[in-house]
Amino acid sequence: MEFHALHDAPFIFPNDAHPVWSIMIVLYPYITGMVAGAFVVSTMYHVFHREALRPVARLAVVTSLCLGACATLPLLLHLHQPLRALNVVVTPSPTSAMAGFGFIYSFYMLVLLIDVWLIFRPAIVERAGTATGAWRGVYRALALGVVEITPRAAEIDRRLVYALSMIGIPAACVLHGYVGFLFGAIKANPWWSTSMMPVIFLTSAIVSGIAVLMLLYLFLCQRSDMEPDAECVRSLSRLLWMFLLLAVVFEAIDILHVAYEREEEWHVIRALLSTQLRFSYLTLQIVIGSILPLLLLPLPAFSGRLGAGFRHSIAGVCAVLVLVQVAAMRWNVVVGGQLFSKSFRGFVEYPVDWFGREGLLAAAVVLAMPMVLLWGAMQLLPVWPPSLESESGAKT
Amino acid sequence: MSLFELPILPTLGAAAAGGCASGGCSSGGCGTGGCGSAQAERTSENSRREFLKTATTLTLGAMSLTLLPGVTAGDDMLPLPPPGGDGHAPAAKPMYGFLIDTTKCIGAGKCLTACRVENSVPEGQSRTWVERYVHYKDGRVEVDLVPETGYAGSGEVQPAAEDVLRAYFVPKLCNQCVDAPCNQVCPVHASIKSPEGIELVDTERCIGCGYCVQACPYGIRFMNHDTGVADKCNWCYHRVMRNEQPACVEACPTGARVFGRIDDPDSEISRRLATVPTNVLKQHLGTLPLTRYVGLTDEVT
Repeated sequence: MEFHALHDAPFIFPNDAHPVWSIMIVLYPYITGMVAGAFVVSTMYHVFHREALRPVARLAVVTSLCLGACATLPLLLHLHQPLRALNVVVTPSPTSAMAGFGFIYSFYMLVLLIDVWLIFRPAIVERAGTATGAWRGVYRALALGVVEITPRAAEIDRRLVYALSMIGIPAACVLHGYVGFLFGAIKANPWWSTSMMPVIFLTSAIVSGIAVLMLLYLFLCQRSDMEPDAECVRSLSRLLWMFLLLAVVFEAIDILHVAYEREEEWHVIRALLSTQLRFSYLTLQIVIGSILPLLLLPLPAFSGRLGAGFRHSIAGVCAVLVLVQVAAMRWNVVVGGQLFSKSFRGFVEYPVDWFGREGLLAAAVVLAMPMVLLWGAMQLLPVWPPSLESESGAKT
Repeated sequence: MSLFELPILPTLGAAAAGGCASGGCSSGGCGTGGCGSAQAERTSENSRREFLKTATTLTLGAMSLTLLPGVTAGDDMLPLPPPGGDGHAPAAKPMYGFLIDTTKCIGAGKCLTACRVENSVPEGQSRTWVERYVHYKDGRVEVDLVPETGYAGSGEVQPAAEDVLRAYFVPKLCNQCVDAPCNQVCPVHASIKSPEGIELVDTERCIGCGYCVQACPYGIRFMNHDTGVADKCNWCYHRVMRNEQPACVEACPTGARVFGRIDDPDSEISRRLATVPTNVLKQHLGTLPLTRYVGLTDEVT
């Protein structure tokens, strides 16, 4: 499988000229990753009782739901026959990894939806009683007809949230590990075919979920003139640093393993990384997206001397850098894997369109959709935690 | 397994018999059989219970049907393989193979036009192509695609004969893998194997996800620009079923493409396979291609 493109005249197979999977397939694991990652953060509070994350626990679960609601959008935009999309769940092929998507996604979303409802039920019931006009009807509908909460019911809710979060953790892992498996199990492509792919996707998913939550939290605090909770930002920074380190280590192990063994696929990968992906992999993913935040994150994560404002600014910058890293990683995997022909004798180009169903504009809309949904959810539900007094009052 | 052999049907049959059987009324007509009111109430409760049982059975049965390979896509669209084993007559199922003799191909390009016309392949996409490998005396190896017009009519500048060490042509088409990755990954049974072992695309079922295109190690599959579904060489299955040769085989002027039954020891392909060493593309992937090559070199990928 010697890659000849750098030495001889390039030759690509006629059907390889245009990558089949577009930027929409880059967005799909990007969004799904954030879904899983944000949920993991919420479970840190609801299951593992990490009190420092209480300010973002509700935001995390709502963000996960809003992102999850849009996760299928890029797939539908990509499908050449979107009207047949439900065939995946109606006549799924048991041999296909992709056929599992409908079931895994539906199960996860169901768990998430019930989880969100239970977490917000006290607030919904309260508002069903206090709201006026049409809002009252909306909250009564959301309460599913139950408009009062007893202490016993609240306790049952709490236990259910705990149980659902416990179920949700493996579900979230499966949801994104499976996406990695989709790529990792393609033996035709030496850049994809690695058993590390699900692990890499999973860790980078958690990383992106933490990063998007940190960014949202800091942004929303700034917009509402709220002081971000220092312990929360510190805790998120620590988590982000730890999972980023894990993600980078897993990615490095994978590449180093192939590079050191120097089997035939290395010739393809080396050529790819030194030409087509030189900027998006080496510069964006490694230097800007990995090394820089790994060096900077200890400041907000571990330093006690720096001012809160400075630490939070660094944390915000790191969150952006990490989101760039994960986006670059998704791009490098999805698009990068299609930038060489299966002849292993030449590269192809992926011309990104501005317009069209799979263009940049559509991609921007897809990325903005979860944020629009989140804005809507925030109008409806109190994403900030109730004060300790009111909570203790509810329990008595 | 036909629908009538499914285990849910006896349950449905029992359910259809109603609550009477379980209610102790052998006549099967509680409502009209003069039972007391308590019994009528019990019967009504039983009916409800039976109804719920039936509804649950039906729902779960219908859901499980989607997971049964025998009820899924495509299977009903193809002739069933003749029975084999179980004391029946041995299967008369024909098995086909394809042999490419690179030593005979002259790069005429006739096969390419024949395929495009026969299968309405859109311009810019290919079900089959022919690669030309040119080994120069300075060690370079250059590969290009044979034009459909052949080199003679293409106007392309040809390498100088004195610079060339050797050159040969390698036609490419679907390898019809026994363990086909494209078939494995298709999420909706749109990649189906005919009883003769030929890999086909169900264009009515394909959702156009492109996963099969990614999974094919040989770059044979493509998303058809005109139809919006996956497309590939199927050895001209429609012609083969009429006992005709694939279009490319018929058009080849030198017999570089040989197609036939590999289960018939007297066929030309069987005789050639028995006497000439052959090879397959990307053997290390373990896809077990049915397309075999004579004279395959290491340069060919």
